[in-house]
Amino acid sequence: MLSQPEGSKDGPVHIELRPQSAHAVDAPAKLRARDVNVFYGDKQALFDASLDVPEKAVTALIGPSGCGKSTFLRCINRMNDTIATARVTGRIELDGEDVNDRSIDPVLLRARVGMVFQKPNPFPKSIFENVAYGPRIHGIATGKRELEHVVETSLKRAGLWNEVADRLQAPGTSLSGGQQQRLVIARAIAVNPEVILMDEPCSALDPIATARVEELIDELREEYCIVIVTHSMAQAARVSQKTAFFHLGKLIESGNTDEIFTNPRDTRTQDYITGRFG
Amino acid sequence: MISWAVLAALVLFSAVTYALGRRKLTAQAAGQGRDRAHSRPGYHGAYVMLWVAVPAAAVLLLHGAFGGRIAAAAVQAEKPAAVAALTPQQRMVFYDDVQSTVVGRTPSEIIYAPDVREALDAEAREAVRIEMGLRLAAVAAALVLAVAGFVFSYRRVRPEFRARQHVEGWTAVLLFACSAAAILTTVGIVASLAFESFRFFQAVPPHQFLFGLDWDPQIAMRSDQFATSGAFGAVPLFVGTFLIMLIAMVVAAPIGLLSAIYLAEYASRPTRAVVKPLLEVLAGVPTVVYGFFAALTVGPLFRSTFNAIGAQLLGGPFHELGLYLSQVQNQMALVAGAVMGIMLIPFVSSLSDDIINAVPQSLRDGSLAMGATPSETIKKVVMPAALPGIVAALLLAVSRAIGETMIVTMAAGLQAKTTLNPLDTVTTVTVQIVTLLTGDQEFDSPKTLSAFGLGLTLFVITLILNVIALRIVQKYREQYD
Amino acid sequence: MTDAALPPAGAQPALQRSAIEARLKARRAREARFRWYGRLAITAALLFLAVLLGRIVSQGYTTFVDYRMSVPVYLDPARIDPTDPTGANYDLMVADAVLAKLGETDDALGTTSGKLMALLSTDLGFQLLDKVRADPRLIGQTVTVTGPVRADASLYFKGLVDASAAETDRKLDDRQIAWLEKLRSLGMVSSGFNTSFLTRSDSTEPEQAGVLGAVVGSALMLLVTGLLSVPIGVLAAVYLEEFAPKNRWTSIIEVNINNLAAVPSIVYGLLGLAVFINWLAVPRSSPLVGGLVLALMSLPTVIIATRSALKAVPPSIREAALGVGASRTQTVFHHVLPLAMPGVMTGAILSLAHALGETAPLLMVGMVSFVPGVPAGFTESATVLPVQVFIWENASERAFHERTAAAIMVLLVFMIVMNLAAILLRRRFERRW
Repeated sequence: MLSQPEGSKDGPVHIELRPQSAHAVDAPAKLRARDVNVFYGDKQALFDASLDVPEKAVTALIGPSGCGKSTFLRCINRMNDTIATARVTGRIELDGEDVNDRSIDPVLLRARVGMVFQKPNPFPKSIFENVAYGPRIHGIATGKRELEHVVETSLKRAGLWNEVADRLQAPGTSLSGGQQQRLVIARAIAVNPEVILMDEPCSALDPIATARVEELIDELREEYCIVIVTHSMAQAARVSQKTAFFHLGKLIESGNTDEIFTNPRDTRTQDYITGRFG
Repeated sequence: MISWAVLAALVLFSAVTYALGRRKLTAQAAGQGRDRAHSRPGYHGAYVMLWVAVPAAAVLLLHGAFGGRIAAAAVQAEKPAAVAALTPQQRMVFYDDVQSTVVGRTPSEIIYAPDVREALDAEAREAVRIEMGLRLAAVAAALVLAVAGFVFSYRRVRPEFRARQHVEGWTAVLLFACSAAAILTTVGIVASLAFESFRFFQAVPPHQFLFGLDWDPQIAMRSDQFATSGAFGAVPLFVGTFLIMLIAMVVAAPIGLLSAIYLAEYASRPTRAVVKPLLEVLAGVPTVVYGFFAALTVGPLFRSTFNAIGAQLLGGPFHELGLYLSQVQNQMALVAGAVMGIMLIPFVSSLSDDIINAVPQSLRDGSLAMGATPSETIKKVVMPAALPGIVAALLLAVSRAIGETMIVTMAAGLQAKTTLNPLDTVTTVTVQIVTLLTGDQEFDSPKTLSAFGLGLTLFVITLILNVIALRIVQKYREQYD
Repeated sequence: MTDAALPPAGAQPALQRSAIEARLKARRAREARFRWYGRLAITAALLFLAVLLGRIVSQGYTTFVDYRMSVPVYLDPARIDPTDPTGANYDLMVADAVLAKLGETDDALGTTSGKLMALLSTDLGFQLLDKVRADPRLIGQTVTVTGPVRADASLYFKGLVDASAAETDRKLDDRQIAWLEKLRSLGMVSSGFNTSFLTRSDSTEPEQAGVLGAVVGSALMLLVTGLLSVPIGVLAAVYLEEFAPKNRWTSIIEVNINNLAAVPSIVYGLLGLAVFINWLAVPRSSPLVGGLVLALMSLPTVIIATRSALKAVPPSIREAALGVGASRTQTVFHHVLPLAMPGVMTGAILSLAHALGETAPLLMVGMVSFVPGVPAGFTESATVLPVQVFIWENASERAFHERTAAAIMVLLVFMIVMNLAAILLRRRFERRW
């Protein structure tokens, strides 16, 4: 079902569009997906999805639940590999290289493509250790000074530094839900990825925390390529420059966010946006 | 004991009264149309049957449990002169023989003086009379109660009678009694251990027991002497138990944990489907089998290996060591410890498996999505998250190792030695309990009572370990549920 | 919110990538090593299992073949008194008969026949005695008896005696071995499946020892254990799960039961000794007292298993029953408990299988004595299979070792059957809610 945007109670869904920056979808594609199919055992979850994802912008994947958007997202950083019965076909190119190629090590890939999950999942470690986790294992930063610098930088970028600077040794789980999600974002940023994938990052957060995270996303898109799965069309309209609509495992249409929301080409997109189905 | 005939009669009578109760209600409730009975006929039948069977069965049960003692006390109440002249110890044997004669077992081989022999026959006849009398009394009481119960309950069978409530009341009492059984067991364990240990500690002071370094449980040959020649310092036993437990954990913990990790994180479904049942088989093997394996396979194997190594070292720079190694015995602590470790592997593995699987997948996903390898995820995220549970599992394994009896009884020795050398022969608390109680000992000597002292110590220590472990697991589960 | 003075993200991607790549090889190596440790651990565990079972089977299977001798014995009326047949020396008569067959005679001191009797089981003599007692008219006739050869001779025939070792190091000397070979060539020795192992009870002579008494003792004991622990345990669990109010007392009881399940089994033996044998005067070494002790030991396991089975039944069942007007008791006994039955039965069978293999508590209540016959009732002296294994293991004779292993095989077969029954039961009747 649709989630109502802030402020409106009853009546037709009201989508508020933000003014788009110059960078929009004309920039060269950071990610290129061509004819991607995903099977879980015998069941096919994604049918021939093809999409260009631009750099330094936010691309939103919308659609009703179970339509394949999270599946598609997980293909980008090969998280579907962790599921034994999953099978992926097609090409997904990151800067021209197919990520599914045998010669690509998923470890390297995931250092370039970070992920934030629906429910905040900080490790049972201190705030400092959470953020330092990535740089440590990849060997990006070694030694106390370097790690401290990376942690501080990442927390500042994630907008969490001021709130936790005095208690970096406190457990990551002692933060509030919204803070945890920003911690997780800081953790993802700490390894300097090129792409950040976000799977419904705000659905477990209250409206105020959601607003803060959306602000953060807006700032981050100046540096990173961001792909966000969201079931809230209002959110997609607020934060993204490009939007792709999925339905029943197929990518129905994609394009500039304002075009999709004001003048969609496909009737199914129209029906979804106007709330005919959820 | 009550004969089968009496029991069968009680069951039959109960069945009959059940039928009668049912029939009465059916007869009375028929033809009443809309004014139906409160409860179905079966409940009325059950109500009658309960009032008939339960009091009678209770009497018979009491007779079964306590009848023997009451009879024995009655027989011993008035002793003929010849018997009174015997020492308490001789008297105990005498009355055992009386009992054997009554029951038809072969009595002891003691040759009695003629007047004592005569007294034995007289007492035996008396005992038979008393037991008959008691049995009759019990059956009569049961009969009276059964009939009275029938009369009382049958009269109340009417359509308006809320039989179902009463029967369900009985049911509730029965259920409660059954759960009380569990409590009673604990009370029983604690009470019996404490009571007997108390008697032991009257002969041997607790601090001597807990801190004494000399374990040499002898009793004096004469019955009126106390254990002045024995030593009951249990420290060598504690050290021996600890040593073997340590060796067992060194074997079981790494293998158990690593196999659990592999099965939980890496193994494919077909692998898991084959390996897990096989590990269950290892867990199901009785400990006496492990003991046999330790005594007849592992013991000789280790001994011959060490002896051979020792023989090689003789005459060289490690001559002393060689001499020692060529003389090690089958019963070295290493043997019992290693086999106990093998026994504990599936225990550690299955507990750890549960713990590891309880760690949420979202933590693994978070780590993998950052570009960590599976082993890094396990070592840096999953295991730290699972740590409290793993510690609890290891504590439970330690508790199991400490309380294990058969492997050590069959593979470890009887010499009480305070040593941490795995090649030495040591003995444990459990071995001593078995040795002390499976000889031909009279029950009250400090020697046999010391077994209860050991048992109490064992119970307390394993209880503490278990309580700590279960508390940790509870807190850990709360974290992730 | 973010600090504008920060360096832009992804400032040195190339440098970073090469740093990551440099470490990657070592990380992959660690990954592979770690996997190998896991595989090694599992292989070690399974190897231990294979060695354990393999050793037992290899040591025990020879028991199931036994060697028998058939001897025609002349029942000399001069040596047997018809009014008191027990006085005659039947073993000597058998030995004389065999000597005759071998073409030898006894010497004055009887050492030859004595040596021969070391190869013949006393069972032959007992058979003759029984026959004569049953029918005294057999005196003066020649009766053929067939019985097992003595333990050492049997080991020889199975190839387990090293004939090449020095004579003093062996149990059988050269003359005895020569006799055995001659008897074999005369066709007086036959081999076959050793049914007597399964049909006889314990004996001091290894070749006559069997597990029947122990099996019957185990069966009687398990009957007592089952009849006590299963109903009481199930009903206790029903009370705790369905009826008891959730307050401090019930959580104390729950902690109590969990702790009882982890108490070492030998403590239950001590409890049995102190309470059942000393206080309640239950007959020592009987299946009754053994069953009582093991019932107490199994009670917590049955309660825990039943509670999980009850918890697995969804609340909607209970709500539906209450909704049509059933009372609490009716809901539980007519609806919930039947649905939980497969889980309850599985738990009960598994706890009984575990009780079958228990030894230590039974040693405490006296079941370690030598019991030559089959126990006829619950209050008679008996032994159980695992204790029989323990007793035989202590025996020094080699022949008892193979029998111990064979008894273990019998025990394991029973346990496998029970475990399989439990698993099949679970698979067949398990419901997925």
